[in-house]
Amino acid sequence: MEPLPSVVLSEFELDALTELVNLGVSSAAFSLREMVREEVVLSVPKVTIVTREEAIKNLGEREATKLVGVHQNFEGDINGRALLIFPETKSIELVRAVVGGNLSLEDIFELEQEALAETGNVLLNGCLGTIANQLGRSLRISLPEVVYGEGHEFFKVTSPSQTGDRVLFIYINFAVRKRDLQGYIAMLLDMPSLMVLKQLIVSFIERTTGSASV
Amino acid sequence: MSRKVLIVDDSKLARMAVMRLLSELRSGWSTEEAANADQALASFKQSPPDFVLLDFNMPGKDGLALAEEFRSLNPAVSVAVISANHQVEVVNRARAAGAAFLPKPLTQKMLGDFLNAAHTSQVDN
Repeated sequence: MEPLPSVVLSEFELDALTELVNLGVSSAAFSLREMVREEVVLSVPKVTIVTREEAIKNLGEREATKLVGVHQNFEGDINGRALLIFPETKSIELVRAVVGGNLSLEDIFELEQEALAETGNVLLNGCLGTIANQLGRSLRISLPEVVYGEGHEFFKVTSPSQTGDRVLFIYINFAVRKRDLQGYIAMLLDMPSLMVLKQLIVSFIERTTGSASV
Repeated sequence: MSRKVLIVDDSKLARMAVMRLLSELRSGWSTEEAANADQALASFKQSPPDFVLLDFNMPGKDGLALAEEFRSLNPAVSVAVISANHQVEVVNRARAAGAAFLPKPLTQKMLGDFLNAAHTSQVDN
């Protein structure tokens, strides 16, 4: 049986991580709202520790259709991958919302890759940048890459033989209701990164509350 | 004069951060914490606060719905919705519910400004 997040992180550290992710995703949602000019509704972040297989399965259960994702890897004290994922059928709608409604379908198809990459870049950088700032660490963030396909295409973070098969899996649903757009932002961290993250969270708690971890 | 503040947030860390700022600004005031809407409403009815500081994004009932409920129970209570989600729609809904909007991470200055303005408005009324 896989360990619960609370085995690796105390309940309070898990609380702090969720709050940290909330700050990051809210910043990303603000950027997306500016791009699509409609409110972006967010769920409360979920943090779990699962195997890669379970993460893929989880993704498959959420979305029965084919997916499109923009992913960016991050490196530094912690390593992982951040993803913006939504059903492939919504891809054109997202691009239309971002670039404006006056373009022809042909123009939108032409712009699709670039617009998706740029949207992902703004969102994921906003999210990761906010989290890194709060942790007092810098992260190197790769260029965005657009991927179409099934869940397993999205989760090739690092070789399982190097880092073990378990990952910290964080996800948050988002929706632009007026555009019938929904998807989610996900983050994956390998287990060695989680151990470093635990120490960074302890320092974050001390800075935020002015006292040692409870 | 000692006043009472109700702090509502599903995150213990966020409640502690607010408590810290509050103790620095108003050390003699009494505080009550609630981790969800049900706890918050029970506390509000049992011992009405002068100020409520509440999170927007919580499981179950969100902070805006709760702000409206608090204001209908006691229109004189000063409510602030605290959230990292500062999209204009959220800020406007908070204001429409009669609440102030304070962005997260909360600073001492922002909280102090809210308490001063709310206190003035309570005294005037």
